[in-house]
Amino acid sequence: MALTTAEILNIAKLARLHVEESELADYQQDLSAILGFVEQMEQVNVDGVEPMAHPQDMAQSLREDVVTESDQRDRFQSIAPATANGLYLVPKVIE
Amino acid sequence: MNWEVVIGLEIHVQLNTQSKIFSSAATAYGADANTQACAVDIGLPGVLPVLNKAAVRKAVQFGVAVDAEIASQSVFARKNYFYPDSPKGYQISQFELPIVGKGELTIDLEEGSKTIGITRAHLEEDAGKSLHEDFVGMTGIDLNRAGTPLLEIVSEPEMSSAKEAVAYMRKIHSIVRYLQISDGNMQEGSFRCDANVSVRPAGEKTLGTRTEIKNLNSFRFIERAINHEVERQIDVIESGGRIVQETRLYDADDDSTRPMRSKEEANDYRYFPDPDLLPVVIEEALLAEVKAQMPELPHVRTLRYQDSYGLALEEAQQLTVSQESAAYFDAVVTVVPESAKLIANWVCGDIAAKLKQDELSIEQSPVNAEAMAQLMQRIADGTISGKTAKDVFQAMWASQTSADDIIQQQGLQQISDVGELEALVVQVVEDNPKQVEQYLSGKDKVFGFFVGKLMQMTKGKANPQQVTDLLKAKLVRD
Repeated sequence: MALTTAEILNIAKLARLHVEESELADYQQDLSAILGFVEQMEQVNVDGVEPMAHPQDMAQSLREDVVTESDQRDRFQSIAPATANGLYLVPKVIE
Repeated sequence: MNWEVVIGLEIHVQLNTQSKIFSSAATAYGADANTQACAVDIGLPGVLPVLNKAAVRKAVQFGVAVDAEIASQSVFARKNYFYPDSPKGYQISQFELPIVGKGELTIDLEEGSKTIGITRAHLEEDAGKSLHEDFVGMTGIDLNRAGTPLLEIVSEPEMSSAKEAVAYMRKIHSIVRYLQISDGNMQEGSFRCDANVSVRPAGEKTLGTRTEIKNLNSFRFIERAINHEVERQIDVIESGGRIVQETRLYDADDDSTRPMRSKEEANDYRYFPDPDLLPVVIEEALLAEVKAQMPELPHVRTLRYQDSYGLALEEAQQLTVSQESAAYFDAVVTVVPESAKLIANWVCGDIAAKLKQDELSIEQSPVNAEAMAQLMQRIADGTISGKTAKDVFQAMWASQTSADDIIQQQGLQQISDVGELEALVVQVVEDNPKQVEQYLSGKDKVFGFFVGKLMQMTKGKANPQQVTDLLKAKLVRD
């Protein structure tokens, strides 16, 4: 299955990745190859096989509902590009 | 043309856990910005989510309460989208294999009851909050709320009016509060709702194009917003237009809805199983335990109150709005079972009014169930009249003194001594020959005059029934 250039651009946009015009062909080829491989796997007969949600055949372990984290805001915010009044600042988002 | 309205609701319920769904940071409301957002919540690289046992249990409790299938194995998935209040670039949610499967709920309407299907309910993490107002060219992000456990409850598109939608939402609200899995506080955003609304010509089988209304956080708004959206859709179609599938935001200020996002790609969430989380297995033992500990649910208790005590539906529903309020009623009724209806009146009337006035919950009532039971007993055994009881109650509320003490101190006991009352009746009759004549000649209204006189003479302490009986015996018409 071959992806179109438009599809590659849309995938990049959804992932917020910048793709140079010159790289498009390479991505198109690589991603199409991956999909081709998946297509090949689809030919395997899996009737009666229950899909696995995770490669490790184990159940999620649960933690008790206890607060153990203390406030480390100052440390976290020391690496943030912009903060004010305890808030992280990001370029204006308009809904 | 006659139009049929089709509504489905997605309700987001914040579960009242101490810590977040995937981290051990606190969930308390109103903390200083970002002081409850740990490395997991702010999406630092290299962190791993670890699932909160209490969140899972609360979801199972809800599932059992609505007779839903509980998935023995359920899976968390990543819902991918970019928005700064979700710093990982995805929300951990559930897609295939949600924890709660198909269930149902019966809602009560004026014209009878109706069963609404619940499609599913799944666990997910809440996002942070964006503050757009205070910063020039910037948006402030508070991630305290990020990672708060949410149960998203999705209904079937089976409601056909705004009223039904509100009844359904109220029912879910009462169940989650009753189960004590959420505080249900709508102002604080613990209970939020999105509505999917469409219209179609009456009798048409296929569904019309729907719009989703977001931002509904009060019962009043949801009704108004849906009615508004229905009118808008009908107007568009009747004037030859077409409904566009979109998300609309309800604006309470001018009571209208407006389109929110037009970015189609915003809906391309590319769900996939979260590799950081293994499948969640609900053990039979947990399920059995939750079932065994399930309290008598509000609608069951409501029915019982109607059947056993003859209470009106509305009153029974008001009593069962929370476990605490039902427990209060039960505690009083246990002591004075013959006065159940009267007690319901008091709890839904005087007590509810005082609680509202003083902004207290029923557990904080200065007149507790035991004290209330004594007051009800004094009405039942004729010590005081219902009218006097109102004054005693006010005094009890203000001073937290027992009913008996107040009755004693203020000398409020009714005069039930027949001899004493009889003497007074004789006196009233002798003092008012004109009225006696009027009454005997057929003017029934004058009877009230005698009762009033006696009440005046006894300062309201005469037993009204006894006064009536004695007067009737005295004033016999030929």
